[in-house]
Amino acid sequence: MRLGNRRKKLILLTVVMALIFIAIYAFGILIPEEEIAGSFLEARRPPSPSHPFGTDALGRDLLLRTFKGLSVSLTVGFAASAVSAVIAILVGIGAAAGARWVDGVMNWVIDLVMGVPHTILIILISFSAGRGLKGLLIGIAATHWCSLARLIRGEVLQLQSQPYIAVSRKLGKSSGWILVHHLLPHLLPQFFVGLILMLPHAILHEASISFLGFGLPPEQPAIGIILSESMGYLSAGLWWPALLPGLTLVLLVLLVDNLGEQLQKLLDPSSAQE
Amino acid sequence: MGLEAKNLSFRYSKKQPWILKDCNVTVERGQRLAIFAPSGYGKTTLSMLLAGYLEPVEGQVLLDGKPLPGKGICPVQMILQHPERAVNPRWRLRRVLEESGTLKEEMLRDFGIERAWLDRFPRELSGGELQRFCVARALMSGGEYLICDEISTMLDVITQAQIWQVVLDEAKKRNMGLIAVTHNYYLAERIATGILDLTAENVD
Repeated sequence: MRLGNRRKKLILLTVVMALIFIAIYAFGILIPEEEIAGSFLEARRPPSPSHPFGTDALGRDLLLRTFKGLSVSLTVGFAASAVSAVIAILVGIGAAAGARWVDGVMNWVIDLVMGVPHTILIILISFSAGRGLKGLLIGIAATHWCSLARLIRGEVLQLQSQPYIAVSRKLGKSSGWILVHHLLPHLLPQFFVGLILMLPHAILHEASISFLGFGLPPEQPAIGIILSESMGYLSAGLWWPALLPGLTLVLLVLLVDNLGEQLQKLLDPSSAQE
Repeated sequence: MGLEAKNLSFRYSKKQPWILKDCNVTVERGQRLAIFAPSGYGKTTLSMLLAGYLEPVEGQVLLDGKPLPGKGICPVQMILQHPERAVNPRWRLRRVLEESGTLKEEMLRDFGIERAWLDRFPRELSGGELQRFCVARALMSGGEYLICDEISTMLDVITQAQIWQVVLDEAKKRNMGLIAVTHNYYLAERIATGILDLTAENVD
């Protein structure tokens, strides 16, 4: 009974997520630039039926800007976490299955990357990679793989000590065959859950780096830029440019996070029957 | 000739005491040797050394005068004590069996493996049911020697008898060498042509 409920919940969440993604992307693509341009006559309007999120100091509609910004954030988040997850699985398997010195080097690199605060590292990498969308993508992709790589390394080490792997070897199977048939089926769920749980991280990092002014250029309607601009008006009593886009971002992140957790519970053999 | 262990010594690390010291075992094809000892005398370690799961610290394991092959299907197959750990929990049992070759109908019948079990996951079967799969898997690989490490300890007596019957029949038919590890002296006497008592060996 509960299994059905969790499945149903997961399917429902996935459908909602898919619809939101499509809506945000469609919004982002379909909104013409003129719509966002706005006019000074409309500046600093609080939320109203014609402008549900209000307008900013330049008279631009914040709802449209938020969604346009989110579509950029989602692209960055998706691309960066996908690249990061692939790095993680390669490093994880390489470290656990390779020679001892490979494991040592990989662990050292993981410790090094994890030892530096993410935000600073992303700023440095994105700055040296030429800033903008490209710099951000490289920065986020290069910093988010560590914990997943460590998880996968541990998983591979634990799997390799299992008797059924030893039996498989004695039945004449090669290491490659064992990797594909015995190890990967155990690793794929970790990979997908890790990927989905990485997405909100990546989106938040993109927003925070743009907020600090090291990420996307100011003319791009990114969520971090909107929040960064809104800080200046907060003391003047303009609460909506900070609250509503920020809230939208938090909601989206929570939704993705919840999706990842539901998936984790469903794919984990120890809780799959609950 | 046959499968022999020469002056086999083993310990897990230099700080730990010897588990086996200068142990000698020989089994020819067609022979059935029972290794008997109480818990903690290194029965499982000895079987793992003989099957090539562990490397001896001193001495060597020889198959017809040569070391065990490192690649390909090992002619010495071992059936482990815990069947639930010897199968991949994410595989259906059909796949577990097919890992060692194509399914043989008569093998399923002999071991009392029901067709419906083939499409289940290991979690959904009991230890005794799983052990039949492990024995069948080891026999289907076409090995020349079979090492059974307490394979029937968790089974009720009727199933024990049933499984040993099949193993002994198959070993006789294919002229296999058999090593059976057991706690049970009566079982050892019943199935084996020779008994090696590890308590009599010089193990400190």
